[in-house]
Amino acid sequence: MNTTTLLILVIGLGLLGWVVGRAKAARLVAASSSKGSVHSLPNYHGWYVALWGVVPAILFLSIWNIVSPALITDAALTSPAAEALPKDGFTRGSILAEARSIANGDQTKAFNPLSTSMVEPYQAATSYYQTIGMVAALLLVFACGAFAWLKIKPELRARTKIERVTMMTLLLASLIAIVTTIGIFVSLIFESARFFSMVSPIDFLFGTEWNPKAVAGPRGESGFGAIPLFWGTVFIGAIIAMIVAIPLGLMSAIYLTQYAPPTFRAWMKPILEVLAGVPTVVYGYFAALTVAPALRDFAVSIGISNASSESALAAGVVMGIMIIPFVSSMADDSIAAVPSAMRDGSLAMGATKSETIKKVLIPAALPGVVGGVLLAVSRAIGETMIVVMAAGLAANMTANPFSSVTTVTTQIVQLLTGDQEFDSPKTLAAFALGLVLFIVTLLLNLIALRVVKKYREAYE
Amino acid sequence: MNSAAISPVDPTPTDWRGEVMQRRIKKRYAAERRFKTLGIGSVLLSASFLAFLLFVMVGNGLRGFTQTELPLDLDFPALTGGASASQFEGPNAEANLKSLGVQEIVDAGIDIQYGENSELFSAGAWKAVRSAILQNPNIVEQKTTLTLPVESEIDVAYKSDGSKAAEQIVAKFDNELSTGFNWNFLSNSDATDPMQVGIWGALKGSLITMIITLLMAFPIGVLAALYLEEYAPKNRITDLIEVSINNLAAVPSIIFGLLGLAVFLNIFGLPRSAALVGGLTLALMTMPVIVISGRNAVKSVPPSIREAALGIGASPIQVVFHHVLPLALPGILTGTIIGMARALGETAPLLMIGMRAFIATPPNGVTDPATVLPVQIFLWSDEVNRGFVEKTSAAIIVLLLFLLTMNALAIYLRNRFETRW
Repeated sequence: MNTTTLLILVIGLGLLGWVVGRAKAARLVAASSSKGSVHSLPNYHGWYVALWGVVPAILFLSIWNIVSPALITDAALTSPAAEALPKDGFTRGSILAEARSIANGDQTKAFNPLSTSMVEPYQAATSYYQTIGMVAALLLVFACGAFAWLKIKPELRARTKIERVTMMTLLLASLIAIVTTIGIFVSLIFESARFFSMVSPIDFLFGTEWNPKAVAGPRGESGFGAIPLFWGTVFIGAIIAMIVAIPLGLMSAIYLTQYAPPTFRAWMKPILEVLAGVPTVVYGYFAALTVAPALRDFAVSIGISNASSESALAAGVVMGIMIIPFVSSMADDSIAAVPSAMRDGSLAMGATKSETIKKVLIPAALPGVVGGVLLAVSRAIGETMIVVMAAGLAANMTANPFSSVTTVTTQIVQLLTGDQEFDSPKTLAAFALGLVLFIVTLLLNLIALRVVKKYREAYE
Repeated sequence: MNSAAISPVDPTPTDWRGEVMQRRIKKRYAAERRFKTLGIGSVLLSASFLAFLLFVMVGNGLRGFTQTELPLDLDFPALTGGASASQFEGPNAEANLKSLGVQEIVDAGIDIQYGENSELFSAGAWKAVRSAILQNPNIVEQKTTLTLPVESEIDVAYKSDGSKAAEQIVAKFDNELSTGFNWNFLSNSDATDPMQVGIWGALKGSLITMIITLLMAFPIGVLAALYLEEYAPKNRITDLIEVSINNLAAVPSIIFGLLGLAVFLNIFGLPRSAALVGGLTLALMTMPVIVISGRNAVKSVPPSIREAALGIGASPIQVVFHHVLPLALPGILTGTIIGMARALGETAPLLMIGMRAFIATPPNGVTDPATVLPVQIFLWSDEVNRGFVEKTSAAIIVLLLFLLTMNALAIYLRNRFETRW
């Protein structure tokens, strides 16, 4: 019997416990003389029995699943066949791993003849410990369930206990967010530390040559200078994309909030928001298939002969289009937050609408708009698919928008796809790049949120 | 004190009707009009980007749902040596067809009609013949004409511009070539020949991945939202949880891919390319979205509901699970669907955990190697063969249709069930 069936069985028994516990409580209610002499409703007693039955058994099973492989290996090693195994740790380990996967049915044929002899002890040990685990789990379900069932009395505070468990579950669910954040941080730091033990952080952060393919040996220090990647990321995400997104997003927001008739606004706002909902892989394909060739032809026609078919401009423009609704909705929010007295005052002084917007609303809303732009930048530099598909792989340090540049995210994808060994600096470099990306986006977000918050407080 | 005497302003009244003022007002009004035009211009420009994008995708993609076909005369009695229709009915039909060797028969038929080495038909044309026989076994007892898919280059040439050689073939057979609906595209998986590729494998992978994402992210997200909005005390841990959630919502998706690679694959040892790992990774990404929208939905339930329930003796847990949660559920569901739509279109984190392998059979379980629709689009966009251009766009149309449906559902739910208090 495998773990899944066992789990289903345990949960089924828990359901049975629910029914039995509820029935006993219902009998108690029927037998009681006055209303309210049984503390909790029958349902809570049912849950009480079910949780007592299921939770200890599942805890036991998860611990057993971690512990039992070691026990199985120990048992298999005491068998007579194990004496033929070599003493050398590495070969020994690989033979054991092979025997284990044959015994589990993951593999059919052995490469090492010695592993075949180990299959049988393994199978015997596995079935032995599996049976122990199964019997113990089922015994646990019955024992704990019966204990809880016996405890059902009119004065048992079942509801209070169930509610305490519920509160614990709610708290655990919220803690997952913290665990994830810590997980991201620790895994990035851990892998980056391994990378920086091979490549100096100074070379990585300030080197100007990026060429991980050329790095041959494990101690190759050159070729991991990330400056060209940082420049490419900033060039595409923070310069070209923002040149497209800020004017279009800001003007759209201004027109839609200040000028547009309600029906026009009701139609155009969702249409613009669709731009943010289109998957990035679609934008990437659009950039590579349509925008990039058109821009190259344009560049050639105005006399730039070395224009690349994978240009920073194509990726940046398409990324800018993607960011438009983001900038627009942030600008929308901050303009709406300006007190209407300021706007009305300006209009009452005889300023035209556009003068009011340019001289009163925008300056007043500026911190909010800046915060929104920072958030948009943080989003643009973390964007992956558009640059992977349209920006190219050449790590150039150039300000020519028609040439190809590469970005941090492109290189992460490039380093981690294809065949990889996990200990090479090439693979670990991806985590170092990821760490830089994570810290930069985190800082941008924190600064943006602080700016927006300060500005909100100013008007409250 | 005479105020006019010390005022720096020129005491002579402004001549509003004078030429100078009139010119100035005209200038200001012109600036106003320019500004307004600029505004409407940028709205329309942004919208036209969207229209252009959709136009390009639909223009390319609709062709991906069709295939070019050429009729082939098959003299079955002569080619098969007199097979009877009854062999291909019932449970043994597949096995008998296998022993019949449909591929060789079709190849022989092509050689007879169009000459040897003609290379007109798709390498998968015989599969169409096989399914035709399975559908109607009687055709093996007679001479039949079947329309079969042509080879990829000819397909491209017939639909738009192709290579010179292919264009000549198209010109030669122009009267016989026809266009039919490409059912294979909906039922096949990835292949190396663009005439035989399909999206079913990727679609099924997406479906399994999304189910895992939903099962993980929805309960955790809802419980966390309830805790933070209803019970959380004001203390350090609560602050930390809130900061983490807001931060996770803004972390670039590729970072989640790195987390999945480092934790799920390298520490937990889960299989690469599996829908399970993809679903877990996307769940971590979707959870903050559900928490944030869930909190807003819970917040919008008026306090009077809670007070009334508490007043008649419900415990705090009963208040939330019996009254607040059901009322907040439409809002939570709307947020969940929007988060799921985002996860469905996500590519980068899945590339990190190896879901970019060539998968020719649809996954049958959560640990089978799988791919998802956006990754399939990415893989096809890298192909050199021109036949893949329209297939990529067709897959994009399918993906966009799914996203559109999900968003429409979210809007419907919001309008239909959300109560305005």
